[in-house]
Amino acid sequence: MVSLKVNGTTHSVDVDDDTPLLWAIRDNIGLTGTKFGCGVAQCGACTVYVDGQPVRSCVTPVSAVGDSEITTIEAITGKEAEAVQAAWTARDVPQCGYCQSGQVMSAVALLKENKKPTDRDIDLAMNGNLCRCATYVRIRAAIHDAARALEI
Amino acid sequence: MTAHDPNLSRRNLSRRTWLKGAGALVIGLHLPGTARAQSSGAGAAFRPGGNATFAPNAFIRVAPDNSVTVLVKHIEFGQGPFTGLATLAAEEMDADWSQMRSEHAPADVKLYANLAFGVQGTGGSTAIANSWEQMRKAGATARAMLVQAAADAWKVPAAEITVVSGVISHASGKQGRFGEFAEAASKLPVPENAPLKPASAYKLIGKEGAVKRLDSYDKSRGKAQFTIDIHAPNMLTVVVARPPRFGGKVASFDAAATLKVKGVVDVKQIGSGVAVYATGMWPALKGREALKVSWDESAAEKRGSRELIAEYRALARQKGTTAGKHGDAEAVLAKADKVVEAEFVFPYLAHAPMEPLDGYLQWDGTEALARFGSQFQTTEHQTIAAILGLPPEKVKLETMLAGGSFGRRAQVSQHLAAELAMAAKAIGPNRPVKLVWTREDDLAGGYYRPLFVHRMRGAVKDGKITAWADNIVGQSFFLGTPLEAMVVKDGIDATSVEGANELFYEIADFNCEVANPKVGVPTLWWRSVGHTHTGYAVECFIDELLQAAGQDPLSGRIALMGDKHARAIAVLKAVGEMANWKGPGPVGDRARGVAVVESFGSFVAQIAEVSFVDGEPKVHKVWCAVDCGVAVNPDVIRAQMEGGIGFGLGHALYGELTLDQGKPVQANFDSYRSLRIQEMPEVEVKIIASTVAPTGVGEPGVPPIGPAVANALAALGQQRPRQLPMVGRTV
Repeated sequence: MVSLKVNGTTHSVDVDDDTPLLWAIRDNIGLTGTKFGCGVAQCGACTVYVDGQPVRSCVTPVSAVGDSEITTIEAITGKEAEAVQAAWTARDVPQCGYCQSGQVMSAVALLKENKKPTDRDIDLAMNGNLCRCATYVRIRAAIHDAARALEI
Repeated sequence: MTAHDPNLSRRNLSRRTWLKGAGALVIGLHLPGTARAQSSGAGAAFRPGGNATFAPNAFIRVAPDNSVTVLVKHIEFGQGPFTGLATLAAEEMDADWSQMRSEHAPADVKLYANLAFGVQGTGGSTAIANSWEQMRKAGATARAMLVQAAADAWKVPAAEITVVSGVISHASGKQGRFGEFAEAASKLPVPENAPLKPASAYKLIGKEGAVKRLDSYDKSRGKAQFTIDIHAPNMLTVVVARPPRFGGKVASFDAAATLKVKGVVDVKQIGSGVAVYATGMWPALKGREALKVSWDESAAEKRGSRELIAEYRALARQKGTTAGKHGDAEAVLAKADKVVEAEFVFPYLAHAPMEPLDGYLQWDGTEALARFGSQFQTTEHQTIAAILGLPPEKVKLETMLAGGSFGRRAQVSQHLAAELAMAAKAIGPNRPVKLVWTREDDLAGGYYRPLFVHRMRGAVKDGKITAWADNIVGQSFFLGTPLEAMVVKDGIDATSVEGANELFYEIADFNCEVANPKVGVPTLWWRSVGHTHTGYAVECFIDELLQAAGQDPLSGRIALMGDKHARAIAVLKAVGEMANWKGPGPVGDRARGVAVVESFGSFVAQIAEVSFVDGEPKVHKVWCAVDCGVAVNPDVIRAQMEGGIGFGLGHALYGELTLDQGKPVQANFDSYRSLRIQEMPEVEVKIIASTVAPTGVGEPGVPPIGPAVANALAALGQQRPRQLPMVGRTV
């Protein structure tokens, strides 16, 4: 049994210590907004926050998480999350949509650290998140939109 | 898939049927030649969205709460049919966009066939094209009956009633919304020919900002449900150990260590390999890791990419099957003073959709429900029924949102549906299964864009291109399959030569030949199909010949088109104006390249502005002009051009799936390099105004970008890359 604090609730999950956080969240806790894309931290679809920091849950074993606070796409809150998700919808960023949970998680984390990111800042923060539909033009624009909305 | 059926939009919907639901107005349109019994069986018990008032042979449902739900017969995996088909219906209903919803239609060929295919399925960028008239008629019929119901209630002539943004009104001051009249309308006779609006009256179709994607909200919040998200009581997760080489088979296996893994429930040999059943994904993966399988590779394909390229190059020097010919190119080339030669080599490519292949199936021995991102519902439904030994009417298929396809889910072989059914059958009834492929399974799993070689020769004399020869070699994924009759004519697989056997360019002496060698690597269409390689070979080579002839790449192309290709000329001129084209340059460290390709009935021209940084092409900006007929959803079209450019660029720069002695080399995204945000150029799109019936947009953005970049590199003093990918090639 492993104890995981996810989205403010403590869950006891019956998994081996080496189980990636991703599969505990999806298969055992039943939160499926966090996606599997590669299993080797190359695509970012599985991005969650551990104590507020974005991590790739597909390569983070549950044993490494301890009693940290885990936050998934289902529970992100605050003005940055609202601004990013509003911008994503207004720009019609998603196509297939499968990678977008991870994109949104990375974008919100960026704006929490950096209120007015440059294109270069966006490249650095978002280059771990693959989008095979190549929605990158709109991801970039939506992050700028969200940053502008946060200024007001 | 190519489906250039000029009669598509003129096909009549021969019969319409109203189906009554409790308080819901439901419209069904029977299709020509298929208007038999009302649908029963597949889909009858199973209802998208779980709405108990739904009847299956229907496109439109109006609920008492005024919501209008469009049942979309095409799978939504990014290209926007949920939004597009709803737009067509909403336009003719005069609905307000905020009341529109979309759901996948169930699998039912009688109701939901793609009019371009004759079976239910998505592909060939046909979703809007084949639905253009069908969905507008569905909307117009719904509107007419709602109006009649209001006229009856208000005791006024229907002709005096107007509908604006979902509000039905009469000059007397009476007003109501759709929901109020749904039940009464459902009892009315169906009008035979509800009139369609003239284009001048459109409020949604073609209007900027009038329509937003119906799926953006959920997809931005982790709420959209994909196949991999399905959970059910007692469900097992299944991963399959498959042969390391194509054509290999299980010789024997030892599951002792696997069965000791906590969470592993069972191990079974199935047709595609050895299936590991577990209570979740991680135990399934650990169980597969512990599995010992001995493979029989006696019939496996053992050639690698290097050997295949050498064989193809030799084949390109032999006589192939003639796919296009006029004049006598060989004679002109033999006598020419100046012959330009170029050989282009294209690697195998994986589609690598973000959501790897997966599927869910539950059955109790007499009935089954399959849920997955089905792209060819009719044949997949049949395949599942056949493997489970059930009559088709006992098998329901629900189409799920899918995390991309790019052709991967459009399976001629039905291998995913078959594997899903085999996995369910092997474990027995009442154990629902969710089959999941990993990224490694995906990249090693075949069904690639085939490896191709184009051997091109051209003659230039006195500033004119006088001859053109193209010898194409690559696998056909149609020859020898049940779909052969659909695309293979006179031994020519159209998907091998489309875009190369007929050119825009008037060249007096022209020859195009093809050879389709048999190789044991499963291949498949890949976003824009034959144009993925013909677009590059043709548009690089014409650029090279124009350069040899001393002509401008853009005006030289237009000059070669004569007066036959007005739409291609128009997109070239438009893109030239957008980019303020003054020749390829270079200006400073940047140069520009142009390309134009027609695919799936749409015309796309692109100009790429490129520099060369740290040994790699850096694409700064792409201008794109597209003519896809009537632009139903301009912003979705722009998104498809942006995405198509990114997809095409990523693969031209970095994409290759190499075989080494028959084994796939690139195992995950660390080696199967995919375009990332810092490599995405700025994109500017212009949509050409048109009154022609709409054609595809999902694929046509892809083909021009590779050659546009290559042609810009030529202007920077480099050779146009003869072998793809441009960066980090391993062969």
